[in-house]
Amino acid sequence: MATVADPVPGDAEPRGPRDPKAVTRARRRAARSRFWATYRRSTMGIVGLVILLLFVAMAVFAPVLADRSGLDVTQVNGPILAPPSWQYPLGTDDTGRSVLTLVIWGSRISLLVGLFAAVVSMSVGAVIGVMAGYRGGSWDSFLMRFTDWFLVLPFLPLAVILAGVLGQSLFVIVMVIGLTSWPWTARLVRSQTLSIRERPYIERARGLGARDRHLVRKHVLPNVLPVIFAQTILTIAVMILAESTLSFIGLGDPNRPSWGAVLENAFEAGAPTLGAWWWIGAPGVCIVLVVLAFTMCGNAIEEIVNPRLRER
Amino acid sequence: MGEWRYVARKVLQALFTLVFVLVFNFFLFRIMPGDPVRLLTKQKGIELSKEAQAALAKDLGLDKALPAQFVDYVGDLARGDLGLTFIYQGESVMDVFLRFLWPTVLLVGTATILMMVIGLYMGIRGGWERGSRFDTSSMGLSLLFYSMPDFWLAMMLLIVFSTALGWFPSGGYSTPNADLTGIDHIVDVANHMVLPVITLVIAYVGEYYLVMRSSLLDVMGEDYITTVRAKGIREGRVLWGHAVRNAMLPTISVIALSIGYIIGGAIVVEVVFSYPGLGLLTFQALDAQDFLLLQGLFLFFTLAVLVSNLVADLLYSYFDPRVREA
Repeated sequence: MATVADPVPGDAEPRGPRDPKAVTRARRRAARSRFWATYRRSTMGIVGLVILLLFVAMAVFAPVLADRSGLDVTQVNGPILAPPSWQYPLGTDDTGRSVLTLVIWGSRISLLVGLFAAVVSMSVGAVIGVMAGYRGGSWDSFLMRFTDWFLVLPFLPLAVILAGVLGQSLFVIVMVIGLTSWPWTARLVRSQTLSIRERPYIERARGLGARDRHLVRKHVLPNVLPVIFAQTILTIAVMILAESTLSFIGLGDPNRPSWGAVLENAFEAGAPTLGAWWWIGAPGVCIVLVVLAFTMCGNAIEEIVNPRLRER
Repeated sequence: MGEWRYVARKVLQALFTLVFVLVFNFFLFRIMPGDPVRLLTKQKGIELSKEAQAALAKDLGLDKALPAQFVDYVGDLARGDLGLTFIYQGESVMDVFLRFLWPTVLLVGTATILMMVIGLYMGIRGGWERGSRFDTSSMGLSLLFYSMPDFWLAMMLLIVFSTALGWFPSGGYSTPNADLTGIDHIVDVANHMVLPVITLVIAYVGEYYLVMRSSLLDVMGEDYITTVRAKGIREGRVLWGHAVRNAMLPTISVIALSIGYIIGGAIVVEVVFSYPGLGLLTFQALDAQDFLLLQGLFLFFTLAVLVSNLVADLLYSYFDPRVREA
């Protein structure tokens, strides 16, 4: 099986008729290993990746790291507003819950909401961007006008109002921040699509009788995807920040507190004036680290897929 | 001739956007789950009878067809009538809005000016001496501050500089019941503004730095800079007389677009410092589910972004007539 399917660069070309799918697969695999080889050289990218893996591990193993009952105010009996100690490494909140437990369980909500919202935002942005860029003409002008209109709507007030009208739930938060942040992606994807549309191989494929559907799926999308991928990683960072802000304003799901919701509780309880720095500090540092990590990874990927940036 | 056509086109585009904003704002509170009457009376404790609900709907013109409602809405807007608030005992949205406007203008204005001065300076210096220690540390700091939720930064500053050190008041616009006048009043107000302004500046200055820096780097690659250098002009004059002047242009539109984000930042910062501006008002309106007030505030925020974009477009074409041809 490996005989025909794996023409690694440098190997002798296998003879005889080759399965085109196998060729494509081998080329993709080679591209992936090339990508990783370049990525590995970016210090920022590796640091970001390590931080991310740590937080993902924390979210996945939350039930092992801290018992879920530690979130329930009726089931805990810790000291109230205790500063960090051996027993409570990150102190306790005003109901005696360990801040460490809150932070560990909060990581699940913050990461998941960020991820899903980014996927929503990128899907809408990518569809509109590819349509505008590929179709061109009046489609393009209409869709871009539409995008510009949405760019004018200030993000946070819009998200706040939508979440306020639709009610408090994680689903609403995902949809609201996802659907209010797509215009930037749409613009980026459009410009990328425009540059690909004009390339000779598209014309060649069209000359060979390829339809729009085939062209978009086989030629435009695969070339736009790396940029979309880099942008998605960067968008997750923005979405995590947006989620924390909406939760802080009190629009999160009270039963499933994210880091932003922990900060809201701390603020409502007057932690800043009580001097409970651990209660505010811990979730905030987590947000900063995760956002920083996503941004570093995203920038590293973007430098690979968009070589124009490398000069900077 | 081209100049006026450009201005007319931009103004026309802005008017189209305005129509979109009005339609959007009109429907935002009508197509939501639940009818407006229920939304308007969702406020705690209000339970209206069927007849009272119908009366309220009639009062609000909700019994008419949607197009007629829209005409009413635009007509009311033109007269400055945005309806009445709940949370301020039926005071009109417009009056409440005007009362809370000034503190926000003062706060956001001061912060924006500081951001521009500091951010553009950092960008010019960073781009000019790319890779220097100043540049790399500015880059690292912008990345770090970009990753910080602005409300968290606000709380950290509050806990350090107000609670622990006691250097600044913990919130508000001025000391209540102090009856200060003249210079004492100004010092008092400024004292209350220090921490909110610092929060906003730290949170958003990085963007100005990055835009200015990359714009300057673009300009530095242009042929006319090489020409100027070949003529033997002093480096300082190359930078300030030739490069910076041209590199300032793209920053104009980015600054205009960033207004939308700064408004968002102002909302949470005002909440943390209980600073009585439009941001805190938005938070109160949301908390009390005062939808007419929210609708008015959202319209204002959108208009602020719209107008600043239009001004940026016009300034840009004034400074760089080439864009008019595009």
